[in-house]
Amino acid sequence: MITLTHYLVLSAILFSIALVGVLRRKNLLMLFFATEIALNAINIAFAAISKYYGDLTGQMFAFFVIAIAASEVAVGLGLLIIWYKRRGTIDLDSLQTMHG
Amino acid sequence: MFEVVAFYLFAALTIVMFVITVMSKNALYAMSSLAAGMIFISAFFFLLDADFLGVVQIIVYSGAVMALYAFAMMFMDTTKEVKENNPPKRIVFFLSGMIALLLVLILLTPIISDKVKALYPMSDEIGNTEAVGIVLFTKYLVPFEVAAIMLLVAMIAGIILASKRMDESITLKIDQEIEQKGAE
Repeated sequence: MITLTHYLVLSAILFSIALVGVLRRKNLLMLFFATEIALNAINIAFAAISKYYGDLTGQMFAFFVIAIAASEVAVGLGLLIIWYKRRGTIDLDSLQTMHG
Repeated sequence: MFEVVAFYLFAALTIVMFVITVMSKNALYAMSSLAAGMIFISAFFFLLDADFLGVVQIIVYSGAVMALYAFAMMFMDTTKEVKENNPPKRIVFFLSGMIALLLVLILLTPIISDKVKALYPMSDEIGNTEAVGIVLFTKYLVPFEVAAIMLLVAMIAGIILASKRMDESITLKIDQEIEQKGAE
């Protein structure tokens, strides 16, 4: 029998995968991918809690998380394209302009 | 029984896909496996009786978001390797592992679970989509409209940011020429 804990542990595993991605990659595009994974992991937790407590609020939150993820991608990728046009690289280290 | 098999199958598939996304050097492979992982995640939503959420997941993530990423990758030379001079990996894995352990501990703790009462209980009489519609357009109407405005703002921002100097070819000219043209 699959309980709420199963889903929450799965969500935590996926979230930590995303965390590893954010921590170890230097490619900005990969950081975006890792962010998407993190948001999806949270969505699973929301949907699972919604089901096991018989409450629709969790699903509502998941919808708003999806909306926020979509707008984040739109603005973020626009900025990324501008950065690539200016610097010709999507390396994270190229953002260090205030480095002394 | 069906639920158990489906859960473990899709859990394994999702984890494998996302590990490929995070570890892959090639951006195209990472994007493809991310799209596959998104589809597999929608399976969890269907398992959890959140049908509408699963459909939205497939449409928005695998449809819209992945198309956006694919378009963005056309602007950049993604075959060019980004040099990853990583810090000592042991620290990264230790920190991630500790945070994951902390998350699991937090989630495993029996919270106030017994006292939680459903604000918007699910009923068997109406389907999931209908119930979602009723709650979304009564209790969550204002956040819904705010989210709509936010999406509009994001769309306009995306168009303006990406279309700046779109008439310049970024592959044929060197960057300085484009910079000069922009400064004029």
